[in-house]
Amino acid sequence: MQKTDKLVKKEFNVEEVRNDFPILKRLVNDKPLVYLDNAATTQKPQNVIDALTNYYTYDNANIHRGLYFLSELATEQYENARLKVKEFINAISASEIIFVRGTTEAINLVASSLCRSKYFSEGDEVVISNMEHHSNIVPWQLIRDRKKINLKVIPINDAGELDLEAFESMITDKTRLVSVVHISNALGTINPIKKITEIAHSRNIPVLVDGAQAMSHLKVDVQELDADFYVFSGHKVFGPTGIGVLYGKTEFLEMMPPYQGGGDMIRTVTFEKTTFENIPKKFEAGTPNIAGGIGLGAAIDYVNQFDRTELSNYEDMLLKYATERLSEIEGLKIIGNASEKASVISFVIDGIHPYDIGTIIDTDGIAIRTGHHCTQPIMKRFGVPATARASFAFYNTKEEIDKLYAGLLKVKKIFE
Amino acid sequence: MTIEEKQKKLIEEFEQYTDWEERYKHLIELGRELSQMPEELKIDKYKLDGCQSQVWIKAELKDGKIYFEADSDAAIVKGLVALLLKVYSGHTPDEILSNPPEFLKQIGIDKHLSPTRKNGLAAMMKQIQMYAVAFKTLTAKK
Repeated sequence: MQKTDKLVKKEFNVEEVRNDFPILKRLVNDKPLVYLDNAATTQKPQNVIDALTNYYTYDNANIHRGLYFLSELATEQYENARLKVKEFINAISASEIIFVRGTTEAINLVASSLCRSKYFSEGDEVVISNMEHHSNIVPWQLIRDRKKINLKVIPINDAGELDLEAFESMITDKTRLVSVVHISNALGTINPIKKITEIAHSRNIPVLVDGAQAMSHLKVDVQELDADFYVFSGHKVFGPTGIGVLYGKTEFLEMMPPYQGGGDMIRTVTFEKTTFENIPKKFEAGTPNIAGGIGLGAAIDYVNQFDRTELSNYEDMLLKYATERLSEIEGLKIIGNASEKASVISFVIDGIHPYDIGTIIDTDGIAIRTGHHCTQPIMKRFGVPATARASFAFYNTKEEIDKLYAGLLKVKKIFE
Repeated sequence: MTIEEKQKKLIEEFEQYTDWEERYKHLIELGRELSQMPEELKIDKYKLDGCQSQVWIKAELKDGKIYFEADSDAAIVKGLVALLLKVYSGHTPDEILSNPPEFLKQIGIDKHLSPTRKNGLAAMMKQIQMYAVAFKTLTAKK
């Protein structure tokens, strides 16, 4: 990958972009792959694949340990990736970037560490929302049961937007943390994070933001959002699986006890007492996913070539087009119609189970997600057992949406 | 008809259809033909875990033979369970246990609807076999 001048961005051209993603050329069931499950995971550009291959082919060594050439090289690349993440989300310092396995581990890290500290007392409250992924519900339930705290849930309206008035009124002196999703994976709703942090901070309550879906769609600036924690997964932003990020403001990370114990996170160890490293190492026990970190750095390089606004505009165009096309289908209902929405469409068709929709269009090489999307409370809120979901990335095209449309008509025909 | 004969008949039935759309249509048709399971039986006791859609299977032993009832809210899954019921309902536990669902491979179900696809095919077959084991143990005790 050539280094691009920060000021001069590469012009976005979808055909050129598609050439960067080798998997998009493959056939599925003898038809060209139409990959519309980007909310589950995104595909990887060639430079990310190359970064992984190069690392294992030429540069593999353990980091932070050896003083020999390769170890230094691997360490430098890994720490350089941390710097790239820092720049990417505009953190103040690279030490605020903790590498983890993914969003789920990041939330579990914060929940477990706060649980181990004296942060929560009996009767305290954590506020989440009705549109959270299970990974932002279950970790809090686990500590709720251990610390005897309460979970409060911000309701959502019929369009799939948070009720901010209800949010304000549910905050009490006992509220200790707000943990909300930036973009809903099941509804596509983009939540007003800045407003949420303003409301919470006016009462001195920190906010954790689940940014799993947001990273690929939006330019995220943690300082502007004023998030106290911001978490995301590498694989949902064109990077490898098994690597993710916990951003935390220094004051919180310093205060929190380690999550796991082991190598790399200690300063001195005796059988009587161990002293810990400073952040970020304090939270990174054991040999990390070195290749994953480097791969994530490459993914950031890839995205950074482009003007993010141009990418967002293109995705908005896809969303608008897909919404129009799908709305033409009789009996199809879109679940989630927030005014601020990312390129994710959840839908149901009268009388046809999402499972049947997904199975049939798969024969045409079209990949969509069906099911509850790990958001069972949302399904309950909208009174559906499951939905079908098409989610778009900037490498998708209008032609692919036409194929989805045609596939859905075929489904309808089969079930007539 | 023996289980083996029934399996053979289904293989022949599916051989008429050359393309996938037709096969799915036939599968859905089989599901539609399946007699309705009363709503009061669609309870957790009979519900299978691990499927993307809801599936219920109930079994009853009459004169040494097991009779199944089943339903699903997804049409293709209902077709799949209908296929299994067509083959296994009305047979003794021993017959059921000694005839694994080899026919699924031959009708091409395994390619597009492989058991790993969370459609519950594996779970449904396992449930049928578990009923057979349970009734076998029960009758042996008597």
